[in-house]
Amino acid sequence: MADKILRINMSDLSTKVEDVPEAWMGHGGRGLTSTIVAAEVVPTCHPLGEDNKLVFAPGLLSGTPAANSGRLSCGAKSPLTGTIKEANAGGTSAQMLAKLGVKAMIIEGKPADGAKWYSLHIDENGATIKEETEVIGLGNFETVQKLNDRLGAKVGVITIGPAGEMLMAAANISVKDPDSHMRSNGRGGLGAVMGSKKIKFISIEPTTNKVDIADVEAFRTANRAFAKSLVDNPISQALGQYGTNVLVNIINESGGIPTKNFTTGQFEGHESISGETMYDTIVARGGKPKHNCHAGCVIQCSQVYADAKGGYRTSGFEYETIWAFGADCCIENLDQIAEADNILDDLGLDSIEIPVAFAVAMEGGVLNFGDGDGVLRILNEDVAKGTPLGRIIGNGAGSVGKAYGVTRVPVVKNQAIPAYDPRAIKGIGITYATSTQGADHTMGYTIATNILGVGGSLDPLSKEGQVELSRNLQIATAAIDSTGMCLFIAFAALDDATCLPALIDLINARFGIGLTADDVTNLGKYILKTEHEFNLAAGFTNKDDRLPEFFSKEPIAPHNVVWDITDEAIDSFWDF
Amino acid sequence: MQLTVKLFAYFRDNRFKQQQMEFPDDTTVEDIIVSLGIPLDELGVLMINSRHCELKQVPVEGDQVAIFPNIGGG
Repeated sequence: MADKILRINMSDLSTKVEDVPEAWMGHGGRGLTSTIVAAEVVPTCHPLGEDNKLVFAPGLLSGTPAANSGRLSCGAKSPLTGTIKEANAGGTSAQMLAKLGVKAMIIEGKPADGAKWYSLHIDENGATIKEETEVIGLGNFETVQKLNDRLGAKVGVITIGPAGEMLMAAANISVKDPDSHMRSNGRGGLGAVMGSKKIKFISIEPTTNKVDIADVEAFRTANRAFAKSLVDNPISQALGQYGTNVLVNIINESGGIPTKNFTTGQFEGHESISGETMYDTIVARGGKPKHNCHAGCVIQCSQVYADAKGGYRTSGFEYETIWAFGADCCIENLDQIAEADNILDDLGLDSIEIPVAFAVAMEGGVLNFGDGDGVLRILNEDVAKGTPLGRIIGNGAGSVGKAYGVTRVPVVKNQAIPAYDPRAIKGIGITYATSTQGADHTMGYTIATNILGVGGSLDPLSKEGQVELSRNLQIATAAIDSTGMCLFIAFAALDDATCLPALIDLINARFGIGLTADDVTNLGKYILKTEHEFNLAAGFTNKDDRLPEFFSKEPIAPHNVVWDITDEAIDSFWDF
Repeated sequence: MQLTVKLFAYFRDNRFKQQQMEFPDDTTVEDIIVSLGIPLDELGVLMINSRHCELKQVPVEGDQVAIFPNIGGG
């Protein structure tokens, strides 16, 4: 079955099935969403207006038996940053869409009648738009349960929570995982874009179709080598046991864990929120330390975190979220953080942006640092209900900073800086500054080389080599984000010589082509440049590629260092 | 010399999280790791006082030595 493009026009409520243009054939995932957004979205448009487009694309390998290939990319112009945006998530939808032959789904326009809500249903024949009433206003968990009842337990679901319905700039798009919990296209407010199109959810018909593979035997051989490189990698194994939260203690030890709204680099309560404590707690309570967010994942960094009675409290409980509510907001109670994470999953909000916004609110006097009860109360009574305070927080850290006159606001291009302080880990500061999508560690994860000793090692406190490190990682990441692969394959790819060639062999066997490693690097460069050009056309300049000034003025303990990489050095990032 | 030794992830199993320990002067980080029965091929990152260090480095009185297996996340 030939791949196709689904085009859904919400202005006239029409749908079309289109052939894949030649220029889009070689793209998937982020490469495809960014290519389409750059080609079709007016860069200066209002992100919540009719001219923005929301694009979904499975990766090049999604739907195949390739290990770890189940990521779904989603792109648009971001209402949080005003830049181009791609966010990707696990869950079951990427594989289902790929098996239905959907190379991309483009949602454009917006209904003239703003009072009505709609759903999309995707099957072999394309997309169907229906008016929706039953699940409007509901949280993600109840929405998925009702859709499982209505459409069958195997239906794929991509949905927005109340935050997306209320057009909050930190609203995410949630994807149903194999256990009917949520995985999130988390960053940049794409849930608000979906809400602006008045689409509550997209359901995907289960299928027995298989993705065409040009050379089945070569694919099988490559997949064995690829999966082995992932399984054998010691970091994969640690991720399976402790999850990403294993990072709390090492980033704390390095002096780079942003604490109390980025005022110091170590958190006294780090042990109580650490991956080691989390693992022990999950085991003692009968939760699941290992869990996969999509079929075929061999790393299994997710988990089911149980409450004191052994019941479900949250899953996909990540370092970033635990750091942000923990160290950044100074909350030492892992159960409270888990409850907050679950509320954010239900409301459909980015679990980096919101806790960083809370830390800014704490500095602004809205509540005290460490007030976990206060966070839960505000989430339930203000954010969930869309009160003025709830909307200020739901629009992110920058919004809170403006509303309360806080000057220490850790954002780049209005997106919250995640869990690594750029003063003490300088490579990641280059990524935050130059990323085409605002502050985002996953765009070029220099922590690997600055802290973890993966892909070599580079002193995190030195100014030397950081631009080149970030550039190389950003190029590689853009390519990986196009394959449908989870980014955690990068730990094996950086240190195991068999991993990357096996990945390229998988792509070649899937499509019957002959990509080389250089082609993959060039793909990454093309994606970054395409995204950068969109941002320049939207009005961004090199002056936007800067960290907030407090990083240059306020030294951070324990190393007592400031951000000291020059503007010229930052700008040299784009010399490629 | 007295050092604070910190262990992380599964290196803590049947050992400890953090301990004050006495070592002869000129003890290297490698000597400490071997004395704890940690296999060298399982080592990830090593730090002295929150800075990365090498196996052959010699800590001094009062230093904090942190020993990690290979870990990652993000």
